[in-house]
Amino acid sequence: MTITPSRETTEAIIADVLAAYPPKTAKFRSKHLAANAPEGGKECEVKSNIKSRPGVMTVRGCAYAGSKGVVWGPVKDVVHISHGPVGCGQYSWGTRRNYFNGTLGVDSFVAMQVTTDFQERDIVFGGDKKLAQTCKEIAELFPLAKGISIQSECPIGLIGDDIDAVSRDSGKALNIPVVPVKCEGFRGVSQSLGHHIANDAIRDWVLGTGELETETPYDVALIGDYNIGGDAWASRKILEDMGLRVISQWSGDGTINELANAHKAKLNLIHCYRSMNYICTTMEEKYGIPFIEYNFFGPTKIVESMRAIAAAFDETIKAKTEAAIARYEESFEATRTRFRPRLEGKTVMLLVGGLRPRHTIGAYEDLGMEIVGTGYEFAHKDDYSRTNPELKAGVVLYDDPTAWELEEFARRLKPDLMGAGVKEKYVFHKMGLPFRQMHSWDYSGPYHGVEGFAIFARDMDIAINNPTWSLITPPWAASTSEEGAA
Amino acid sequence: MTAEPIAQTPIPDHNELFSQEVYLEQAARKREFENPCGSDEVARVADWTKSWEYREKNFAREALTINPAKACQPLGAVLASLGFAKTLPLVHGSQGCVAYFRSHFARHFKEPVPAVSSSMTEDAAVFGGLNNLVEALQNATTLYKPEMVAVSTTCMAEVIGDDLFNFIGAAREKEAISEDFPVPFAHTPSFVGSHLTGYDAMLKSILGYLAERNTAERTPNGKVNVVPGFLPSVGDLRELHRLLSLIGVDYTILGDHSDTFDAPVNGEYDMYPGGTSLEAAGDAVNALGTVFLQGDSTKRTSDFVGAEWSGKTATTGLPVGVKATDRFVQAVAEVAGITVPEAITTDRGRLLDAMSDSYAYLHGKRVAVAGDPDLVVGLLEFMLELGMEPVHVVSTNGKEDFKQQAEAVLAASPFGSSATVWPGKDLWHLRSLMFTEPVDLVIGSTYLKYVARDTNTPLVRVGFPIFDRHHLHRLPTIGYAGSIELLSRLVNTVLDELDRNASDISYDVVR
Repeated sequence: MTITPSRETTEAIIADVLAAYPPKTAKFRSKHLAANAPEGGKECEVKSNIKSRPGVMTVRGCAYAGSKGVVWGPVKDVVHISHGPVGCGQYSWGTRRNYFNGTLGVDSFVAMQVTTDFQERDIVFGGDKKLAQTCKEIAELFPLAKGISIQSECPIGLIGDDIDAVSRDSGKALNIPVVPVKCEGFRGVSQSLGHHIANDAIRDWVLGTGELETETPYDVALIGDYNIGGDAWASRKILEDMGLRVISQWSGDGTINELANAHKAKLNLIHCYRSMNYICTTMEEKYGIPFIEYNFFGPTKIVESMRAIAAAFDETIKAKTEAAIARYEESFEATRTRFRPRLEGKTVMLLVGGLRPRHTIGAYEDLGMEIVGTGYEFAHKDDYSRTNPELKAGVVLYDDPTAWELEEFARRLKPDLMGAGVKEKYVFHKMGLPFRQMHSWDYSGPYHGVEGFAIFARDMDIAINNPTWSLITPPWAASTSEEGAA
Repeated sequence: MTAEPIAQTPIPDHNELFSQEVYLEQAARKREFENPCGSDEVARVADWTKSWEYREKNFAREALTINPAKACQPLGAVLASLGFAKTLPLVHGSQGCVAYFRSHFARHFKEPVPAVSSSMTEDAAVFGGLNNLVEALQNATTLYKPEMVAVSTTCMAEVIGDDLFNFIGAAREKEAISEDFPVPFAHTPSFVGSHLTGYDAMLKSILGYLAERNTAERTPNGKVNVVPGFLPSVGDLRELHRLLSLIGVDYTILGDHSDTFDAPVNGEYDMYPGGTSLEAAGDAVNALGTVFLQGDSTKRTSDFVGAEWSGKTATTGLPVGVKATDRFVQAVAEVAGITVPEAITTDRGRLLDAMSDSYAYLHGKRVAVAGDPDLVVGLLEFMLELGMEPVHVVSTNGKEDFKQQAEAVLAASPFGSSATVWPGKDLWHLRSLMFTEPVDLVIGSTYLKYVARDTNTPLVRVGFPIFDRHHLHRLPTIGYAGSIELLSRLVNTVLDELDRNASDISYDVVR
């Protein structure tokens, strides 16, 4: 059964959706939309990592969101200062669900909103003194904090503050690392530059400063997992089952010590390539540590990734890996048996951040579901080249789609399930479309790993098969639509 | 095909998984690499944070803000804009801000939040955001077909000094928008005030702008304007409609986002499902008068209306509880020149009936409260009417005038004598207050759940934002009927606690 439209049909849909724009914007946006060809190449290339057009309702965030919200925020024993006005820290307070073990406000500070709360005088006279005083007060009130990161908001880079100097002085005075991060929201075109800036700050201020008491040939670092709903723990479990020793976890449930000792790993394992490839490349160049991308969503990709990782190690690891795979099979099969009949043939559209638009494809396919459209908020070219082969010809690809495009594609493709973020969620609910938040897992999770697959399958089933969706049309409305019953 | 329900073993998720042995052991193994603090040390410091010594250090803070209960100006501007029909908020500056505003409101209202950004980046920081705003106006109006675009600013645009008046003029010259397309605007720097300041600035701009566009001769329209201000529940606005209908006046609510954030699921997405009509808003200048529910969140608007419009103005305070709602009803009746109808007396009587049912469980209960200034003052007044005893009164965005107002309310009742009012303090201050001087209940937003859990105090969720409970944003907490809802939250929380802590002996079936 072919569900996905042909490339020609998809191209016609794209042209139709673009017709609503002013001509200049239509031309610009046309470069970001394409019908997939699994072999990749020019004909399905989408432009990416380019400025969003003003006024089109992009879903993108900013560099601060990429640094504080993604990379740094989950580091649990560091106090992260949202440096500038109150809003940025307020809107990102606890909403990304970076789970951690620890005592909040005592030795862990993830779900807190710590800010310099800039006032007009700080803009006029500069905020360096206030920042230094803030660091001092953090050390007094949170004596177990192992470090401070300064997450710059827009004004900092515009008013000429010298947060590097404040960081150096405060770090010396307080005897903890104080890391300046110049992730002002106006920098770059999306969260993506914020990831890069955050990686560079780790490289320049933390990486390589830690030691390990003992080393083993099986030491690996788990990179690019933010432990949303416990994802990193579910992933770590697999790696430990394989016989590997995870010496460092970046950055979900992470600590500054783990940022500092990662250069001792024999191999870096990266899940979210988009947000942490930079530091992996750094460690490869500087310390000769190779890295492998992996994908722990769904049985197919989990098994594939486990074997690819094991191939970098000796027979002991390979044997443990095969034993683990054999153990997992029962759980995988139980999940497939239970949920595949309920989800087979259902179609999905996705719009997520930097890895899930491709990484979750296999998990959906393990359940018999088919992706008919996918796209990224802040991907680069190398993300799309990794995506093309995962999808059938004709699947619509959209880069940084506007609200208009996503709604119009959904109206035309009529997927059974939409997976995107909270800003999108309720739009599709109004349209009567089942929806799952694929950033926060809709407050569920983990979705990574063996247990994660079962939860993922359960949640997709709940979304699609809940009886609510069948009640939308009132009995007195003349119903000629067959789609509603499909 | 509708799949049948399946009766199989539940699948454990994060709620159960991570307390399982296998994950506890994993966490223990991970500690080897964490350079963690010893558990004794963590326990010692945790205890110390509960002490008077820590409280003093905590209150000696000069620069550091921890867990503030306030947001920034443009967030409020977006809410004000969405209170008007077919109006698209456009925030001029960095685009991440708009992503944050949209997700913040979406988490609270569980509704779509249309808003666009002018997406300024480095080049705009250097050269100014003129081109961004012009293109934003053209794209947004072409694509989303609003009847009005309300422009506010992020701190980036404010720091570099972008001039909205000239930029919007330039957009008309360049024909990005037509000469007469309405574009009210407000400068809303996030380093001044809070979300309430931005709500006020945008509302004033919209009302002033639409009144000015109304070039018809000023003829009294016989209506009463009601300005609700920043109200985080659509239920509040619906209650306001009900109450005003019951009073029997012809009225206009200026800034009515009740339908905007309460659209039906019917298979179609309508981007503009509600809001005060632009025509009615433009005609508001001709009203008999204008009643403001909130002093703080619409101060500039009320100053403007008082100075520029011919009708009477009155600010009643948020109508929470008996006397505040009485004041509101009387103010509306006075502006309309009518007597209060019997139906209102009946409505009022129902609140008194509810209070007489429940007061025994609330009398003398010690309470901490945190939130926006007008809300806190309103809650205080109602608590005092119920014989509850406010103890810690915190408003991060409250200033000296809030303190005076709150203290005046407290001073008017013997039940107010235990209270201290803390303007400008945050929820980390509140944590110290609640550890050193415990209370029976704490009232405020979702973000109080941390302090509630730390201090083992039941939380009654009222205010903004409420992310972790469903449908409270639909329920009113103002007016006589809304106060019954509020009362039921208060008393039932107390009763839940009674049951939770009851001995077998006192586990009563009737309360």
